[in-house]
Amino acid sequence: MGERVLEIRNVSKCYGDNPVLSQVSLSLNRGEIHALVGENGAGKSTLMNILFGMPVIHETGGFTGEIWVNGNKAEFKSPREAMEAGIGMVHQEFMLLPGFSVAENVKLNREPTRPNLISKAAGPKLESLDSGKMGLDTRQALDRIEMDVDEWLPLVGMPVGHRQFIEIAREIDKTDLSLLVLDEPTAVLTETEASSLLAILKKLAESGVSALFISHRLDEVFEIADTITVLRDGEVVCTVPKKEARVETIAEMMVGRKLGSLRTGGSGRIHGNEHVLEVKNLSVDMPGEHVDNVSFSVRRGEIFGIGGLAGHGKLGIANGLMGLHRSSGTVVCDGEEIPLNDPKAALEAGLVLLSEDRRGVGLLLDESIENNIAMPGIVGRNRFVKRLGPLPISIEDRKSIRQHACEMISLLDIKCTGPGQAVRRLSGGNQQKVCVAKAITMEPKVLLVSEPTRGIDVGAKERVLNVIRKLNEEEGITVVMTSSELAELRSMCDRIAIMYNGKIQGILSPDASDAEFGFCMAGGGGMASD
Amino acid sequence: MIDSLKRIVKAVGLPRLTIVLFLVALLVIGYVNRLPIPMLLSNSLVRVGMNGIMVLAMVPSVQSGAGLNFGLPIGIIAGLIGMLVVMEFKIGGFLGLAIALLIACVLGVASGYVYGLILNRVRGQEMMIGTYAGFSIVSAMCMFWILAPFKNPEMIWVISGKGLRTTLPVSDSLTQILDKSWEFPIFGIKVPTGLLLTFALACVLLGVFNQTKLGISMRMAGANPAFAMSCGINVDKMRILGTVLSIALGAMGMVIYCQSLGLVQLYRAPLMMAFPAVAAVLIGGASARKATVWNAVLGTVLFQTLLTIALPVTRSVIEGDISEVAKTIISNGMILYALTRKEGDG
Repeated sequence: MGERVLEIRNVSKCYGDNPVLSQVSLSLNRGEIHALVGENGAGKSTLMNILFGMPVIHETGGFTGEIWVNGNKAEFKSPREAMEAGIGMVHQEFMLLPGFSVAENVKLNREPTRPNLISKAAGPKLESLDSGKMGLDTRQALDRIEMDVDEWLPLVGMPVGHRQFIEIAREIDKTDLSLLVLDEPTAVLTETEASSLLAILKKLAESGVSALFISHRLDEVFEIADTITVLRDGEVVCTVPKKEARVETIAEMMVGRKLGSLRTGGSGRIHGNEHVLEVKNLSVDMPGEHVDNVSFSVRRGEIFGIGGLAGHGKLGIANGLMGLHRSSGTVVCDGEEIPLNDPKAALEAGLVLLSEDRRGVGLLLDESIENNIAMPGIVGRNRFVKRLGPLPISIEDRKSIRQHACEMISLLDIKCTGPGQAVRRLSGGNQQKVCVAKAITMEPKVLLVSEPTRGIDVGAKERVLNVIRKLNEEEGITVVMTSSELAELRSMCDRIAIMYNGKIQGILSPDASDAEFGFCMAGGGGMASD
Repeated sequence: MIDSLKRIVKAVGLPRLTIVLFLVALLVIGYVNRLPIPMLLSNSLVRVGMNGIMVLAMVPSVQSGAGLNFGLPIGIIAGLIGMLVVMEFKIGGFLGLAIALLIACVLGVASGYVYGLILNRVRGQEMMIGTYAGFSIVSAMCMFWILAPFKNPEMIWVISGKGLRTTLPVSDSLTQILDKSWEFPIFGIKVPTGLLLTFALACVLLGVFNQTKLGISMRMAGANPAFAMSCGINVDKMRILGTVLSIALGAMGMVIYCQSLGLVQLYRAPLMMAFPAVAAVLIGGASARKATVWNAVLGTVLFQTLLTIALPVTRSVIEGDISEVAKTIISNGMILYALTRKEGDG
């Protein structure tokens, strides 16, 4: 210990006017495992991009601050330079070629070669591969991480866990690797695989390779890290040695923001204890947001929040209810069971989704604002239609569509050149307002709102949240709101369910303490038995 | 002044403006070389009416998200069969035309449904698969034309006594039955009123369909499948609907084409017929993802007028005939140009 491998000094980065990192400092000694934790959008991936000299950083105006690697000031202009300086990266999505063998993958682009006749004439690019040495090197790397897979097997058909280990083997095979960066390496692994991965990391650390470990899973972090840094809103909240840290304080620091105004209004709004939506044993097979056997019920007129860290299934619930991802279980809305996996049935029962994937699911980007608002209403609710003369054919009524769109534009303050403008040309915040207008037009009984403020500016945020609040208070629409931003949930909701690992870990009142929220988000951590 | 000019260029689109200017230049050259301009324009009008519905057939296919319908020969063959049946039974006049259209429509809907099922399995590659589906069906039908049980001696080979001939003349009572309806001359230009009205009717019907709930659902499914699904629309069904409409329009368009041409051309004749239709709708400003009835109308007018006028004018200026070459360059070049663009903004 003692020898500095990496030092990040006062790094700041803005995307346009948006500061995403400010004055971040962080240092790693040889053989240290340093965990970097934080919510989505805390700036972890931006920090990684800076460290690796990703082109996106330079394209958006570079960064300020200094990075020192092994005692040298580093200014990486490409990931390649970072690799040459001894930094290895294990990606969340695998960077492996499925049709190639393990050895070929490990040695990709760094193959040991022998000169031959042709290469002497045509240059080193045509040298032959030294397969013997390739196999030997790979075997060594695999042995170091205790993997007994044959180095000449092709990758196709290997389990996900194996692939993750092969990525690590590739990185440690690089000579003079001094720092390994792992971006959520256990996200796709089973429990046993994850624990053997952690064991390998520990062994590597003992052999002198430092690791920067990014994760949402606090239990893992506490198992292997020597030091923990919490990142929140682009700032380092604290850096503590593990010995001095507690799971719930770390979780609290990850999510704890300055609290917005708490929800007021209370009892008058909730009409008794009647349940408008009852969900029993809901499982949703949404990639990356798996929901596992969840039950809850929502009272009429309530705003019900769903929170939790990314990847724990909070987004899966609304998508599953709407039938957009394969799901099973029972959902009863207003006393009637809704068939699952059938978006039309869900819509007819009065569920309307404001999708988290605004550009992918929420909008027709090349259509006009008015068409985006009205088309789902025409199809789903038979609104804005008129008879075609005396014929028994209903066609769209452009006049009422235009009128409705104009009302929505002024209600939501959508900044645009007119109702005919294509939504692609609008800013993120205004696009989201169009989505809200679309949802209102669908006359929801229960409005499912997913990440309503993701990626939009502060003014638009306030406007969107106010409209949802108003719909709830004045029209009595029940709202199920999913958000990564706890402060937002606490300012809006009557009750907040926290998801962990696809299950509801707890349903809390918005005025519960940061510590309680943190405790639930971390899956109870070591305190579950308390 | 410059601003408003720019706006016009933007609204019309540079490719269309270029073609219009080129057309005007051709007409001027033709006039100087004392070509019979009214006759050229009459021919242009006929060709617009003949080809219009097959170009229109591209619209529902694109709108439903299945891309440009390179599988149009499937519909064309349905149309050919419609024509052959009325010719076999020697049914002439409007009755014959109506029966031919009806058979074409029924066969078009049936084959379009099957073709739609295929396209749903090859998402993202519809246009490539469509091209080969079209080629295959044309080749397969070459065998059918030989084996088909047609008995009318005017249609089958004289020597062997069986098998349809490659080119069959349409009976007099059917030939140009639409072209000649209410035909009137104006400034020396003969206007094929019936033919143009039929095209206009098809456009209006498709335009109205686009405004119905079903039409809107279909357009949503094409514009963004995930969006459509979240609105409770069965995207697969809508894609089949678009394909069925496209193939059925192609089939009926072929009947109209044959009556105007006065010939039914079999065997390898339909092989390349999708390409001019695709090129026309693209010239009209459509793309593989977006198309309107207006694109089809504008594209047909520009493309067919260009082809009709370019031939005699070039012949009058330079010795020799480059029209076939020009047609190939324009149609394939246009397809290439349009498919390399991402959005329909050209």
